Amino acid sequence: MQIIEDSKVYDAIVVGSGAGGGMATKVLADAGLNVAVVEAGPFFDPADEKQRTQMKWPYESPRRGASTTRAFGDFDAAYGGWEIEGEPYTHKDNTEFHWFRSHMLGGRTNHWGRISLRFGPQDFKHKDIDGYGDNWPIGYEDVKPYYDRVDKMIGVFGTNEGLPNDPDGFFLPPPKPRLHELFYIRGAQKTKVPVYPSRMSMLTKRINPDRGVCFYCGQCSRACQVYADFSAGTCLIFPAQKSRGQVDLFVNCVVREVTTDENGRATGVSYINKEDRKEYKLKGKVVILGASACSSARILLNSKSPQHPNGLGNSSDLVGKYLHDSTGASRAGFIPDLMNRSVSYNEDGVGGMHVYSPWWGDNSKLDFPRGYHIEIWGGMGMPSYGFGFNANEFNKFFGTKVGGYGDVLRSDVKKYYGAVVGLSGRGESIARKENYCEIDPNVRDQWGIPVLRFHYKWSDLERNQARHMQDTFEEIIVNMGGEPLGDKPGKDRDYGLLAPGMIIHEVGTTRMGDDPKTSVTNRYNQLHDADNVFVVDAGPFVSQADKNCTWTILALSMRASEYIVNELKQQNI
Amino acid sequence: MDRRESLKSIVLGSLAGGLVLQGCKPGEEQELAAAIDQKASDYYGRTPEELERDEELMEETLLTEHERQLLTVLCDVILPPGEQFKGASDADVAGFIEFMAKDLPDLQTPLRGGLLDLDHKSNTQFGKSFVDTTEAEQKELIDPIAYYDPEVPQLERDPAVNFFSLVRNLTLTGFYTSKIGIEELGYKGNSPNVWDGVPEEVLAQHGVAYDPEWIAKCVDQEKRNIQAEWDDAGNLIT
Repeated sequence: MQIIEDSKVYDAIVVGSGAGGGMATKVLADAGLNVAVVEAGPFFDPADEKQRTQMKWPYESPRRGASTTRAFGDFDAAYGGWEIEGEPYTHKDNTEFHWFRSHMLGGRTNHWGRISLRFGPQDFKHKDIDGYGDNWPIGYEDVKPYYDRVDKMIGVFGTNEGLPNDPDGFFLPPPKPRLHELFYIRGAQKTKVPVYPSRMSMLTKRINPDRGVCFYCGQCSRACQVYADFSAGTCLIFPAQKSRGQVDLFVNCVVREVTTDENGRATGVSYINKEDRKEYKLKGKVVILGASACSSARILLNSKSPQHPNGLGNSSDLVGKYLHDSTGASRAGFIPDLMNRSVSYNEDGVGGMHVYSPWWGDNSKLDFPRGYHIEIWGGMGMPSYGFGFNANEFNKFFGTKVGGYGDVLRSDVKKYYGAVVGLSGRGESIARKENYCEIDPNVRDQWGIPVLRFHYKWSDLERNQARHMQDTFEEIIVNMGGEPLGDKPGKDRDYGLLAPGMIIHEVGTTRMGDDPKTSVTNRYNQLHDADNVFVVDAGPFVSQADKNCTWTILALSMRASEYIVNELKQQNI
Repeated sequence: MDRRESLKSIVLGSLAGGLVLQGCKPGEEQELAAAIDQKASDYYGRTPEELERDEELMEETLLTEHERQLLTVLCDVILPPGEQFKGASDADVAGFIEFMAKDLPDLQTPLRGGLLDLDHKSNTQFGKSFVDTTEAEQKELIDPIAYYDPEVPQLERDPAVNFFSLVRNLTLTGFYTSKIGIEELGYKGNSPNVWDGVPEEVLAQHGVAYDPEWIAKCVDQEKRNIQAEWDDAGNLIT
């Protein structure tokens, strides 16, 4: 079959419409450029009645929001999940990695936790502190101006606390803590763990005329119909479409590879249109990959040519290497003082926590080199599938019978409603060459594209960190006057450390550096091997701190995109 | 299949009966398009594939008439209707549980096997189906399986106890995620509002208080609609 080729030459082709691709599209469109955005999933607008899940009641779903078809339940805004029919991935040496993909306009930003943390000065140069991993070629001072502008452009609430490695910013004011969060503050302070207002990208205050202000439904994971939370579609792509440049959206189009010329420079991309299952080509002066760290690595590895026999940008053989996810472990506790709650008021708040604990420890005195932050959950949430399971198991703490039926059961349900608090740690793992994704030579997906094969193992450094999390969580729960629930996971269960990929912060597959032998991209997210190809997702991360990656993706994508605009203007690329 | 085609086929299947698309007159096409749009917005933001799956599951029947009756009676034992509160059957909890067993097929054997086992015991003990038992007889049948020792791992518990726990769990979820269940629970959320902290009397009830220093940093809801501006040091000035 002949490949169908569009004669138009775009200034830039952006692959993927999440945080990285969305920001690139916005910056380029603001500069008046012609941009093609190629997105593997459908168009999505949370304000569209046909797609909206926000403000729906559990009974509007026949499974009451259970997670049978969407990994985080029926009302979660992410299409896709860890498994997608017809789009498999494989593993090497019986290792484990779970790859979450969300194919839709805005990608995973439609459902993410909106925890918007800057990396601090130490996070860019952590090798200097503990000898592990590598330093970034850039430092906090290089990224700070972009973080500042992202704060103002997109909106994030928080507070300036003058912390050494959790930088101040341009924050909107945070919401007041909820009741269970006041208990957390008390328990954490008693444990000598500091607590601050959380830093999340919901608009507690207006930032521009185009986006609404938060109305506190607590459902940011469903994506906001008034655009009061940050989703890349609503906050970057839509404004880009109204901006100076021309933005052509190609949805339901899966990029197969970057096409190159005899000089090894990119000429555009080839993609499969999911609707007619035919292959097409687009031409562009620049190709910007923002497909997600692993998807962009896959596209590069699949872009083989005589000039790039090992895959595009892969002369170092490092594309796909240094893959790393955040660590994660959790514990929940039952808090007797939170029993018999008044249901007189609505405490939905913003979606997620109003308070958090940034890393407070001194790693030089611990048996693991990097920190973690603590996230807090609980409250009188909207019931959904799973509500009332083992409803009165807490009776065991009072020596009364567990189980039963009728009026006693009814009153137990109400007695315990809102009395559970959960703590989750999200920590930094060490980026290792031995943890990677590569092309599986034997497997194709339903679009005929070779798939990824993963090889990933945690080390004792991550396990030791998870053990510290468990000890800390238990102490905090006890100091809240609570009973830790379930068994404390021990060594046999890796201290509750979740499998790689489960935290969905996978980064590092096209890491940046000044030396083309030890890095894939340079300090402007530009391939060493092809100067008109950029990676603006989390692939270029050298390390990822104990901070969620989105705010840094946005800042670095803005920085790289302005560099691209400048290079195009000067006809350097 | 694209979204519209998929919706079309679903609506054709479930609403328009045997109507064949090619036979549509222009007016009918429009009606159909309207029905498709209506159905899509009724369906809590489903993708075409999800919509199709939901519709298929809802068309299927899993339980026999008798099983459905057994389950309905059992759910009402767990959450009985009374003067103060509505019962499980008022929220069609049995219908929800049947849907879940189609959605999660692993539930089918423990659920259906458990129902027949319960009926067997009823027949043996009282010479009649569980459906026809009196309240006193139900108590005799249910009390021995209604409680469990949380210290004993679930797999080591009596299957009849586990069966009852399963139905109890699903009944509580089914009821308290229904409209009447949410009303009974008293959940006040899922409606637009302006969060401005825990009410004073609730703070007092639980013996906690806000730290004035912390509250001073929080949003002044009076000014939420005034566009944010900062000084160069990052201090909010509006």
